[in-house]
Amino acid sequence: MAYSEKVMDHFANPRNVGEMPDADGIGEVGNSRCGDIMKMYIKVEDDVITDVSFKTFGCGAAIATSSMATELVKGKPISEALKLTNKAVMEALDGLPPVKVHCSVLAEQAIKAALSDYYTKKGIDPEPIVGKATDCDECHFHN
Amino acid sequence: MSKFIYADNAATTSLSPAAFEAMKPYFSEFYGNASSLYKLGGQSQKAVDNARSVIAECINADKPNTIFFVSGGSEADNWAIKGAAELGERKNKKHIISSKFEHHAVLHTLEYLEKHGFEVTLLDVHENGIVRPDELEKAIREDTALVTIMFANNEIGTVQPIKELAEVAHKHNILFHTDAVQAVGNVPVDVQELGIDMLSMSSHKFHGPKGMGALYVRKGIKLPNLIHGGAQERGLRAGTENTPGIVGMAAALKEAVEKIPEKNARLEKMRDRLIENLLQIDRSHINGDRLHRLPGNVNMCFEGIEGESLLLMLDLNGICASSGSACTSGSLDPSHVLLSIGLPHEIAHGSLRLTFGDENTEEDIDYIIKTIPPIVERLRSMSPLWEKIVKENS
Repeated sequence: MAYSEKVMDHFANPRNVGEMPDADGIGEVGNSRCGDIMKMYIKVEDDVITDVSFKTFGCGAAIATSSMATELVKGKPISEALKLTNKAVMEALDGLPPVKVHCSVLAEQAIKAALSDYYTKKGIDPEPIVGKATDCDECHFHN
Repeated sequence: MSKFIYADNAATTSLSPAAFEAMKPYFSEFYGNASSLYKLGGQSQKAVDNARSVIAECINADKPNTIFFVSGGSEADNWAIKGAAELGERKNKKHIISSKFEHHAVLHTLEYLEKHGFEVTLLDVHENGIVRPDELEKAIREDTALVTIMFANNEIGTVQPIKELAEVAHKHNILFHTDAVQAVGNVPVDVQELGIDMLSMSSHKFHGPKGMGALYVRKGIKLPNLIHGGAQERGLRAGTENTPGIVGMAAALKEAVEKIPEKNARLEKMRDRLIENLLQIDRSHINGDRLHRLPGNVNMCFEGIEGESLLLMLDLNGICASSGSACTSGSLDPSHVLLSIGLPHEIAHGSLRLTFGDENTEEDIDYIIKTIPPIVERLRSMSPLWEKIVKENS
C-alpha cells in the first residue's frame, strides 16, 4: 500500500488543524473502537463557511482526507459545501488505496455533521437540508 | 545523508553478507540438479546435505534427516498442523489445542481444519502474553491429536514455556509442534532438551534469503506427504531443491546462532533502555511480559493516537517500524495479538512495534528516544480522542 504524494503532504502538513473556540457548528463522526474519529469546526457568515478546522484521531488517510475536506469547503457557500462528496475528496488527493476509501466517506460526513450542528444550534431542523446522519459502521465497508 | 534506522527485524531481516557469498556459486557455476547423477549434480547434492547437517546442529536435532526444507514458516506450519491432523484422524482424534495469539499461518490452518470436522481449543495468553501449562493440561481431551504453541510471539515477543508445555503434551502422548519462526536464530533453541516434536523456522527472520524455511520432524513421526512428486525431501515434499536458498539459509543460521550470546546481551540492554524511556511518555504502556520476551522486541501503546499515523511520522524521520492497528492490518479490528492480552480496541489502535537486530546500535536507540515523544505529542495535539482522555482524567 502506498499513499500518493498529495496524501503524504496533507498528512505531514495538515491544513486547518486545531480546535475553534468560537465555532458555529461542530461535527464529530467515527468512533475510537474503529480507530478513526473526525471532528470538524465551522464558522458561518451569510451562509458562507468563512472558517473551518479539524481534529482527527486516525490513520494517515484519515488525517489527509480531513485536511483536504477543510480546504475544499473553506470560503464556500453552504449550498456548495453540501455537495462535497467523498469522491471529490479522494480525487483532490490523487486517489486513496481501496482499504482507505472509508476515510474519505468519514470526511464528507464530518463536514455534514458540522453543518447539521450549525442548523440545530440555530433552531432549524437540519435533516431536510443536510440529510440523515449515517452510522459510522456503514462507512467501514472494508474488512 | 538522512537518517535511516531499520527497526522491523521481526518482519524481515537484511541478507547476511556471508549468506549472500555462500549462495552466489549456486546461482552460477554450480547450477546442477541435486538429483542428477553426474558430478555437477553431485556438487549441489553435497551442498544440500551439508546445509541440512548445519541446520540440524543449530537446533540440536539428533539427525540431519529430521530437517525438511520448505518455502518458509507458513508452509512449515501448514504441513506440521495438517499432517498431524491427518495422523490424528486415522485414530479418530480430531481435537487440536493452540493459543489465541498464534500467527495467522497457524490460526487460519486451524480454521480450515475446523471446517473439516476438527475441534480447536485456543488457550488464553493472559495479560502478560504467556500460555500457562496447567491450562493446557486442563484443555487436553481423549481425542486431542496435537498441541501447537508458538515459541515466541511475533508482535509482543513473549517467549513461551516450551519445555513445560511439551512435557504436558507428552504426558498424554500428544504431539507437540511449535512455530519457532521468531525464535530460531534469536534465542537458543534445543529441540531435544525442550522435547519438541515438530518445529517451524523461516530463513529470512535470521538474515537468510526469503522463500526458504524448514520443518523439523522428530524421528519416528511419519508425517504425510505435503507435495506429491519426486523423491526430494525423502519423498515427502517433492520439487527440485532450491540449492542457493538452502545454502544461504544454513550459512545465515550458523552465523546467527554463533552470535546469540554476544548479540542478546547487547540487545537486552538497548531494549530495556528504550522501554524505560518511552514509558516516561504520559499514558504509554508496554505490551507483553517485561522479562520473558525476545531480546530485540519493544511493543508499546500510546493512548489517544493511531498506530499507522505514528508509523508514517516515524518513516518521515527515517525509522522503519510496525504497528498492530486496524489500519495496518487492513481490517476493522486491531491485531488479534493485542486483543488477546486484553487491550481495549482504542488502546490497541495506538500500538508500535520496534524490533532490533545485530545491525542496530545504541545510537539508534538515542535517536528513537529523541524522535518519538514529539511525534506522539503532535499527533495527540490533533486527536479528539486524546482531548477526551485528558478531560476525563483532569
